[in-house]
Amino acid sequence: MRATRRRIVDRVARALTLACTAAVLAPLVLIIGYLLAKGVTSINLDFFTQLPKPVGESGGGMANAIVGTLVLIGLACALGLPIGFGTGVFLAEYAHSRLVPTIRFCADVLNGVPSIVIGIYAYTLIVLPTKSFSAYAGGFALAVIMLPIVARTTEEMLRLVPANLREASLALGVPAWRTTMRVIIRTARGGIITGCMLAIARVAGETAPLLFTAFGNQFWHHGLGGPISSLPVQIYTYAISPFDDWHRQAWAGALVLLTLISATSLSVRLLTRGRFRTVR
Amino acid sequence: MDSESLEAPWMAARPTVRSTVPRRRNVGDRVFRLLTASFGLTLLLVVASIFLVLCYQSRDAVRTFRWAFLTTSVWDPVAREFGALPLIYGTIVSSLLALAQAIPLSVGTALFLSELAPSWVRAPVSFLVELLATIPSVVYGLWGIFVLVPWMRSYIGPALSGTLGFLPMFSGPNYGVGMLTASMILAVMIVPYITSVAHEVFQAVPAAQREAALALGATRWEMIRLAVLPYGRTGVIGAVMLGLGRAIGETMAVTMVIGNRADVSLSVFAPASTMASVIANEFTEATYDLYLQALVEVGLVLLVVTVVVNVLARLLVWRVAAPAGGGH
Amino acid sequence: MTSTTRTKLEVRQLDAWFGTTQALHDIGLAIPERAATAIIGPSGCGKSTLIRCLNRMHEIVPGARVSGQVLLDGEDIYRPGVDPVQVRARVGMVFQRPNPFPTMSIYDNAAAGLLLSGGRRSRADLDAAVEHSLRQAALWDEVEDSLDASGVSISGGQQQRLCIARALAVEPEVILMDEPCSALDPIATTKIEALIHELKAQYTIVIVTHSMQQAARVSDYTVFMYLGKLIEFGSTERLFTTPQKKETEDYITGRFG
Repeated sequence: MRATRRRIVDRVARALTLACTAAVLAPLVLIIGYLLAKGVTSINLDFFTQLPKPVGESGGGMANAIVGTLVLIGLACALGLPIGFGTGVFLAEYAHSRLVPTIRFCADVLNGVPSIVIGIYAYTLIVLPTKSFSAYAGGFALAVIMLPIVARTTEEMLRLVPANLREASLALGVPAWRTTMRVIIRTARGGIITGCMLAIARVAGETAPLLFTAFGNQFWHHGLGGPISSLPVQIYTYAISPFDDWHRQAWAGALVLLTLISATSLSVRLLTRGRFRTVR
Repeated sequence: MDSESLEAPWMAARPTVRSTVPRRRNVGDRVFRLLTASFGLTLLLVVASIFLVLCYQSRDAVRTFRWAFLTTSVWDPVAREFGALPLIYGTIVSSLLALAQAIPLSVGTALFLSELAPSWVRAPVSFLVELLATIPSVVYGLWGIFVLVPWMRSYIGPALSGTLGFLPMFSGPNYGVGMLTASMILAVMIVPYITSVAHEVFQAVPAAQREAALALGATRWEMIRLAVLPYGRTGVIGAVMLGLGRAIGETMAVTMVIGNRADVSLSVFAPASTMASVIANEFTEATYDLYLQALVEVGLVLLVVTVVVNVLARLLVWRVAAPAGGGH
Repeated sequence: MTSTTRTKLEVRQLDAWFGTTQALHDIGLAIPERAATAIIGPSGCGKSTLIRCLNRMHEIVPGARVSGQVLLDGEDIYRPGVDPVQVRARVGMVFQRPNPFPTMSIYDNAAAGLLLSGGRRSRADLDAAVEHSLRQAALWDEVEDSLDASGVSISGGQQQRLCIARALAVEPEVILMDEPCSALDPIATTKIEALIHELKAQYTIVIVTHSMQQAARVSDYTVFMYLGKLIEFGSTERLFTTPQKKETEDYITGRFG
């Protein structure tokens, strides 16, 4: 009698965990399903080659936003990757420096700072003094978001390199810094590149920090000192607009954005499966 | 020279001293260390300057409103009144509602992954859960506006007010947008974070603990209750705090479905605003300096809250994941 | 040994610590040039620590500290201002487990010391150095046709000889070997031991080994250590036939512990 009750409780509990898992995965299926259903029909060559059309005219595309997103990511990488990478090297290679715990703590803090706050930061530092929304400001905000991810992943990857390789190199009379550059970093290269790709995938979808830095632009951008369009901001603008045609474009944009991001992170994850964990 | 004299050779004549050993330390090492340290210091500087910049940019608002900023509930830019209480309320309630939905789902999923799932299911399922984390916030928002909000208006809302309408929480008009809708989207967004940390925490439970329970004749579920959950509790709380940190700072999806009205209402159907959503909505429309400063001050409050929550979370997770006092 | 034997490395009053644990106590020792000196003793006796003090590898371990002197050709390598990098170029090292660089080819591994330390060299010079060191390490014939293969694609014994070649290419004066055969099978071990016999004509060799048989086979002098102290030092033949200290005798006759 008692044993049966125990067995029933066990069954029910197991079934509940399975139900939880199903409930967690359901939104994923729904979101991807809707994106495909609503987005695919609006994707055509124009979407990738045309500028947005004014309200009332149908057609047009998001060419400027796609290019804008790439420009912003490029700027973010130019600033965020070297600093993040350098910080990661410092954290891993000079682990006994008194600065290291503080910097590591700061990286974790920065990782938790809401992206909208980083938007305010970039706005104050760049938009206010230059008196203009700009690609620079947007790229800077994204770079700040990338920094801690790149730094901590680089650190973890370097720590995975076996100590005996460092010893082998040092014992050859190779200076410590060359050992780091040419042996340690070279060995961890795959993992570090993966981490950088994941950081890029993460910032590619960021919207909040761009709202008042890169702002947005219905046309091609003129240089990096002025406002620039981006896919996430364009999706947001279109989604909250009252126009059906823009809604369709928003779905298409979301599908393209998600495809870009998942293609990036899926490929690196599949390539390096089991070799490392993401840092969050 | 025989072996015996080798044992105390410095008592005998010294070999001639060669001076080929250079006296300088390696310059490259110093430069390299300085260079990487300066990158690290840049990161330090960024974090410090975020605080300073936000404090400086909100100085007049802080001076004007003092503590009333946090305790008064009228947010009316036209009347130049800025009380952030409704925003703080909106942030806290939407995040807590999200946690209430996300915690059981995440812990259940993490238990399924670490204790019950057959090994061939484990990898693909945890991969799909991680995939949830890669969907951008704005895409969640888009889906929320066009799919979840209509459902809320036509099915979920009426069902809830029909059955639980006697509670003030579930009474009042239902527009589809509002606190509950925002919290549901938030829940989906934080589930992958809580799940993956909880999964790790459960995996860290020593096999001996599990085997001890099983050896007493416990069923799987009893083993989970006796060995896994008590051992993993601290870590799960940490995981939940990490999720809370995400929820508090989450901007776009919430802004798109919460309705954006800076009111304090008991009903979960009522439109609301969060600290993040107000900044996203009003920052570019802030027409005068004090308005902008008030928004920056909201950002400052948001920053302080998320940092505190995140630091607490990391302390809790570290205690479990690295009991031997490892660096991270 | 003839009376022309010259001291290459001289250890004076050497103490070494890991944090607060003292691993070596007042070691004094003179290692003769162009001969093989073995360091034996039970595990944990400090033999690896001692050998790592001879090219300043000990200090790499966090919290590790050394006091005393190690004279290389009469010059103290621990004197302030001495660059450990330069010391290690003159005193090479081979480790317990073969550790070729996994991202490098066999060629690049052999040339690693030359490539990594930065000096510019012509391709012909590198080719010559690689071939010479691989020949010295008795590996050339086995890898001649696969120099572009990964350094970790060959067998464990070959990897260890590649590591020896890598150390030789830097043209050191002393080669330290820290239990170089402990991860190898008997055939690979035989090859390494034969190699040591060849190399000691040209280089000063210090080898740590846990095997007394190996010490007897390859070395001219033997150091016996116990509990961080140097118990006895003498010619291998003398030490194994007529040990003067009781601990040494107990150890070589297997009456230990």
